[in-house]
Amino acid sequence: MDFATALQILDSTIRLATPLLLACLAGLFSERAGIFDIGLEGKMLAAAFFSAAFAAISGSVWVGLLAGIAASMVLSGIHGLASITFRGNQLISGVAINFLAAGLTVLVAQAWFNQGGRTPSLAGDARFNPIEWPLAGVMENIPLLGPVYAELVSGHTFLVYIGILAVPASWYVLFRTRFGLRLRAVGENPGAVDTAGISVVRLRYTAVAICGLLCGLAGAYLATGLAAGFVKDMSAGRGFIALAALIFAKWRPWYALSACLLFGLLEAIGNRYQNIEVIGITLPVQFMQALPYILTVVILAGFVGKAIPPRAGGEPYVKER
Amino acid sequence: MTLMKSLLGAAAGLAITAGAAQAEPAIIFDLGGKFDKSFNEAAFNGATRWAEETGGSFREIEMQSEAQREQALRRFAEAGANPVVMTGFAFGNVLGEVAPDYPDTQFAIIDMVVDEPNVRSVVFSEHEGSFLVGMMAAKASESGTVGFVGGMDIPLIRKFACGYAQGVKHVNPDAEIIANMTGTTPAAWNDPVKGGELTKAQISQGADVVYAAAGGTGVGVLQAAADEGILSIGVDSNQNYLHPGSVLTSMMKRVDNAVYEAFKMGEEGNFETGVVVMNLAAEGVGYAVDEFNAELVSDEMQAAVEEAKAAIISGDLAVHDYMSDDSCPALNF
Repeated sequence: MDFATALQILDSTIRLATPLLLACLAGLFSERAGIFDIGLEGKMLAAAFFSAAFAAISGSVWVGLLAGIAASMVLSGIHGLASITFRGNQLISGVAINFLAAGLTVLVAQAWFNQGGRTPSLAGDARFNPIEWPLAGVMENIPLLGPVYAELVSGHTFLVYIGILAVPASWYVLFRTRFGLRLRAVGENPGAVDTAGISVVRLRYTAVAICGLLCGLAGAYLATGLAAGFVKDMSAGRGFIALAALIFAKWRPWYALSACLLFGLLEAIGNRYQNIEVIGITLPVQFMQALPYILTVVILAGFVGKAIPPRAGGEPYVKER
Repeated sequence: MTLMKSLLGAAAGLAITAGAAQAEPAIIFDLGGKFDKSFNEAAFNGATRWAEETGGSFREIEMQSEAQREQALRRFAEAGANPVVMTGFAFGNVLGEVAPDYPDTQFAIIDMVVDEPNVRSVVFSEHEGSFLVGMMAAKASESGTVGFVGGMDIPLIRKFACGYAQGVKHVNPDAEIIANMTGTTPAAWNDPVKGGELTKAQISQGADVVYAAAGGTGVGVLQAAADEGILSIGVDSNQNYLHPGSVLTSMMKRVDNAVYEAFKMGEEGNFETGVVVMNLAAEGVGYAVDEFNAELVSDEMQAAVEEAKAAIISGDLAVHDYMSDDSCPALNF
């Protein structure tokens, strides 16, 4: 494998890892506050549809982005209402949101556009176009560093940079601010937080809202950054992979970045090398496609130690009387 | 009790009227969905054409999951729909079980052979059509490397890939063909993001023409090709209009004709069962030239393709069918 090929694979890795990363951070905020969220997939899907739909209608991707975030936050609100206010089962609520999003997006798309549950193709300002960084063309001629700058750093869409910036931001908010401390505490021991006179309900709603925001970005990136329009079920299980990455990352932002990059890398390699010959043995396409999952299982089983979820995760908080 | 009696009577009366009503044809769309801009949409267009020409109406259902297949078939058969047309190889096993239970109902299945006396099996020679677009790809390619993106990895899609590869090699024996499959589950028909990513990976390996045989995933392939400024080839329906100037041509699979004919024969009462092969000679497959790609297709290219087409029809040029022996001379999967 030469240098140029490696760069192309890494470039593809960044594109593929971004939706996983945003969804993974979304799950991180929610689960750190004690709200398990398996509805990431559904929220991404809803955001993907509404961002594509509004971008198609208005011709502006920014309107689409806002609509996508709004849709995802509405679903987050439903999840919050079911699991915080009404103390329902968080897993069931999450599953319901996935089903709701899968059905609703296609139904609304059909009613609005009559294209069989898809939106019209987006073009021009209706989608996120790659941002060329300054001097990318000039720098390309510098050996080694130049191509890295031109291929890897430059030329991604806006949301990719947001996704990468979200990692240090999440770390700072969770581990260096009073809000973050309280948010983590509410996922470990909500009783103690309540005793300190802080509202558990409000903290959890805030966490769920942040989750909705980040899922909205992830979905919008799928439909308006990577693809150009919405197709039914286009999230294709990425929300669940993000959940796996979250467990793999042990609920930590920087680990989440590396987990998502690893999963992205595996997918990129699978895309690039189908049928690799290794020492005379031809690895079939199917093996390459299964590799990310196999590695996930292997890594989960052996090398990362024990992944301990937030202690109060999944438990609705009931105030003692 | 009297109430019950009258209710039952009413129900029986309804059943009789329903039975007496003229049998409507029915069509069942596979998982890709009715508007996949490709295979199922072609079937829908055929059904619509029949409805417009005859003023008749038809029943339809889109599959949402594997489990619905048998249920949908039986419901249509029991409701008296005739003929019942289904799109997709995946109905093969189910139809084999259901068809003997409804000997008076006529079934037509596309892309699969089911050996029952009341079944019409329509199969297409996709390898021949793919051969022609493969020739065009090789002629249009400047790098000598062309790509193929398939949907779900099934023998049928390999048949497309194999015919394509043979066409490419027919024009340029040194050409390199990069073939990728999107996945191994039905989700592979609806993943434009992955389709686009596969296309970009092929482009980075030098491909400058990419053929998508991937249902909804193909939308992402054509989009990525248009974004990156290379050529693409659509499939099943005429997809040239999706990105004018970027879609070189489309491998047309006339599923619409197959559905139209089945409906028409059902209406006229002369439904023919058995295996029907829609090949180049029967115009079941072909390539699309219209105003959207006219400037991409040179006269020389078209002449060469027409010559090959005539040779295939006359039998002078044999295109290997992947499904006949599960192997491909021109492409290694």
